[in-house]
Amino acid sequence: MNFSLSRATLIAEADLVGIAGERAVCDRRGVLYFPDLRLLAVSDLHLEKGSSFARRGALIPPYDTGATLLRLQAVIADYQPRIVVSLGDSFHDDGGAERMHQSFRERLEAMMAGRDWFWVAGNHDPDAPADLPGETVRELAIGSLLFRHEPSKLRVEGEIAGHLHPCARIVQRGRSVRRRCFAGDGGRMIMPAFGAYTGSLNVLDRAYAGLFRLETLMAYMLGAERIFAISGSMLRPG
Amino acid sequence: MPSRYLWRVTEQPRLAEQNAAVLLPEPFVKWFGEKGWSPRVHQLELLAKAQGGQSVLLIAPTGAGKTLAGFLPSLTELANRPKRKAGEAHRGIHTLYISPLKALAVDIERNLGKPVEEIGLPVTIETRTGDTPSHKRQRQKLVPPDILLTTPEQLALLIASNGAKRFFEDLRYVVLDELHSLVISKRGHLLALGLARLRAFVPGLQTIGLSATVAEPDELRRWLVAQNPSGEMAGLITVAGGAKPDISILDSRERVPWSGHSARYAIPEIYEAIKEHRTTLLFVNTRSQAELLFQELWRANEDSLPIALHHGSLDVGQRRRVEKAMADNALRAIVATSTLDLGIDWGDVDLVVHVGAPKGASRLAQRIGRANHRMDEPSKAILIPANRFEVLECRAALDANYLGAQDTPPLIKGALDVLSQHVLGVACGGPFDADFLFEEVRSAAPYAALERETFDRVIDFVATGGYALKNYERYARIRLNKDGLWRVSHPSVAQQYRLNVGTIVEMPELNVRYVRQGRGMAGRGGPVLGKIEEYFAETLRPGDNFLFAGKVLRFEGIRENECVVSNGAGANIIVPSYAGGKFPLSTYLAEQVRAMLADSDRWKVLPEQVADWLRIQEEKSVLPKRGDLLVETFPRGNRHYMVAYPFEGRLAHQTLGMLLTRRLERAHARPLGFVATDYSLAVWALDDMAALFKAKKPSLGQLFDEDMLGDDLEAWLNDSWMLKRTFRTCAVIAGLIEKRYPGQEKSGRQVTVSADLIYDVLRSHEPDHILLQATRTDASAGLLDVSRLGEMLSRVRGRIMHKHLDQISPLAVPVMLEIGKESVNGGANDTLLMEAADLVEEAMGRG
Repeated sequence: MNFSLSRATLIAEADLVGIAGERAVCDRRGVLYFPDLRLLAVSDLHLEKGSSFARRGALIPPYDTGATLLRLQAVIADYQPRIVVSLGDSFHDDGGAERMHQSFRERLEAMMAGRDWFWVAGNHDPDAPADLPGETVRELAIGSLLFRHEPSKLRVEGEIAGHLHPCARIVQRGRSVRRRCFAGDGGRMIMPAFGAYTGSLNVLDRAYAGLFRLETLMAYMLGAERIFAISGSMLRPG
Repeated sequence: MPSRYLWRVTEQPRLAEQNAAVLLPEPFVKWFGEKGWSPRVHQLELLAKAQGGQSVLLIAPTGAGKTLAGFLPSLTELANRPKRKAGEAHRGIHTLYISPLKALAVDIERNLGKPVEEIGLPVTIETRTGDTPSHKRQRQKLVPPDILLTTPEQLALLIASNGAKRFFEDLRYVVLDELHSLVISKRGHLLALGLARLRAFVPGLQTIGLSATVAEPDELRRWLVAQNPSGEMAGLITVAGGAKPDISILDSRERVPWSGHSARYAIPEIYEAIKEHRTTLLFVNTRSQAELLFQELWRANEDSLPIALHHGSLDVGQRRRVEKAMADNALRAIVATSTLDLGIDWGDVDLVVHVGAPKGASRLAQRIGRANHRMDEPSKAILIPANRFEVLECRAALDANYLGAQDTPPLIKGALDVLSQHVLGVACGGPFDADFLFEEVRSAAPYAALERETFDRVIDFVATGGYALKNYERYARIRLNKDGLWRVSHPSVAQQYRLNVGTIVEMPELNVRYVRQGRGMAGRGGPVLGKIEEYFAETLRPGDNFLFAGKVLRFEGIRENECVVSNGAGANIIVPSYAGGKFPLSTYLAEQVRAMLADSDRWKVLPEQVADWLRIQEEKSVLPKRGDLLVETFPRGNRHYMVAYPFEGRLAHQTLGMLLTRRLERAHARPLGFVATDYSLAVWALDDMAALFKAKKPSLGQLFDEDMLGDDLEAWLNDSWMLKRTFRTCAVIAGLIEKRYPGQEKSGRQVTVSADLIYDVLRSHEPDHILLQATRTDASAGLLDVSRLGEMLSRVRGRIMHKHLDQISPLAVPVMLEIGKESVNGGANDTLLMEAADLVEEAMGRG
């Protein structure tokens, strides 16, 4: 192969995978990078989830948006992508973009400057985020890839989706380890949620039924220093 | 005949009879006469003090007629009260009785009702617990009973309701039962704040505390009255213990094992003891031990004696059935954990067997008091040490019991998460002035030293979360109005408060649902056997067999919030372990065990095999002097071991182990792991630690220097799972995140925000947040036992005795046997992932 992986290989904690013939880097921080396209995908940022809860009386710390943006800034600085796709549920609710503190808005706009930025519509944020640049789309097709928020019921080769917040669990030596993960079978990839306050759902849960070819299902679990590729047969529910 | 325990025929001095005539209203005297009974001295003494306007603490052993003593002031006053005239408003509650257990409130209602009826008192008595139907609660608010029997949580709810002040305006007495057990927890903090509120409503309010014997009665006396001026104390009445209990330590025919907690070796002897007695109560320290002991006893139960099991994870219905069978004297033996520690009537128990060391002298006394509710007859108890160190500990506990020594833990300062909950509750009850509330809160003993600045931060937290980033002003739960009073900003705040009241936060649990074998996950319907902790269920594979509710169960899988099981069998049976429940060895007993080790004259009372073990230790290594810390080093296999014997309890040792390994890592000793027991601690490394100590890189004194409690502790603490666990509890109590209720799980992990995530975000953005402070304080006192570790390190300064050996010493054997049995939950999770990933790579030929 003669395409340049220089940026990706610099980041040793990532893992190289193929999706519908396209090469992608699963980064342990929970983003997917396509070196050929110089495209970075990130899913389920759920910005302003904290203030969304506060509105309903649960005054959880208001630092989630800041924390999420800081991490996003770091991966963007590492990969310097030409295109960024935010795969939906970028804001926790419709009013999220409006509520966002001015300093966070500025930080986000600085990240967006000089690159194509797509907001894929999610179930939490069906409309375009208020007063932010970038293009809002229902789904996005680039080459053999199709980016959308919710995975479709039918098999679609090259589909990159979010929405389900996958995590995986293994039991080794009597101890249980659960981590967020990328879940893929070579044809479709479901991305982990990136937001600081996002929970997760086991890839063996009913909600994933029919989405993957079980024989080739792999969970790329996010470790503290690297990605761990675990085959579907080793995973546990719950 | 429950009243047997309340009123008893005893020899009374003439003076008491005269007093009785003065203090007791006529119908009482008449009733006593008819029964041929007379009141006890302490009952009259308490009545006299109460009638003189004092609050009182009554310390008495089980069976002393404590409960009735507590109610006598109320009953006599109510007897003399003029009848309500037609058209007059209903009178409010006269007496509030608060107990730690719902069941106890119900028990008291029954036991108090009978004499009230026989004397012909115009007194109404009702309970109000979580089980009370809502129409009854409504009615109780309109037409309150004279005596209301309730729990700390229900009191908090009553205080937080509209018109609380009016509801309580006629209140005269608050009777607090089992006070010794209430005050040591956060529940006690909530209750102390509730009492302060009641005193603000009714300034002349009197309290009556009923307690078992404690080490520091003055702490409880202060707890009962307003601390302004601070140091004020309730009156004290102490009833001397009844007959000395007859306690023995099992001198087994069998070999006492080096380590472990099962006491399996003693099963035949325990079974014989059960056969020789009417009813035996068997106490163990943890639920896993209860399951194991129950299983073993049934294996030995050739006569099919009715032996039952009782612990906090079993289904409530099953527990009630066991309790009833016990009260009806239908059981020959019952295996129980601390759920039975508190004072409910348990029928005619004539033997208590304590399996495993009791961990504290007071705890042992309270448990033995369980046998035989008649205080003039000696209780009979047998202690079964599960291993050799426990023999020493049992001996120390037994000696302490005869000396009447007490080692209940000192009370801790009021928790800030509880205060936050209370402040919100106060606001739900009506507008408040911060200055007044501050004074009121400080009148509660646990909060007597609270600073104004901290209090203001708590108010800020309740209002908007108290974050440095002022983002939530518009979502404030309480607001300061122009009149200078704080009010809830919306009625929904009160609703939310009511759902989350209380300080008992359970770890996530799954119902254990039993289905017929062979149906697998498709099976439906069967009974719920109880609850197990989610994290245990997660380690099971379908087909695994585990022990629960006295049965061997086959794990089928997890369905929603249920763990589905069927009949199990087989040899490889797993026993669930439960978080918490393991009490650390008390400081007092630890001191006694060290003293016993140092004094070979005292070994004579020990079983021969144990004394022998100590003699060989003295020959092969050394036994530490009373105030010294012995540290042994020796090589074994290709590793180097260091074993220390602080006797400070498992929690303090675990913390010490974490900190020592950090230091050894910095000294390049390449430590690999450690294991801690109640008595000692073993650390192993690739390098020779003895050589390091010799070269003073570092010296042993430097390694054990107190400064490890500074930065090292801080650094380790921040990443510790224990801190996360503690944070979750604090966050729920403080009202930051909501309690999880069964059935809510389905709504899913995606929707809620987990406490762990909040912890991570808060720690990196605002490490000084008040809730993190509360968390660290809690963890230091609880799971980490930092204060005890600190005391030990300062005590052994300059008194560390190093012994280098060629091989393992006899004293080191017990802790060395624990290696591998219990892994330390550290940061090694990624290692497990690595192993799993490597397996894949190997299989896929990618390695």
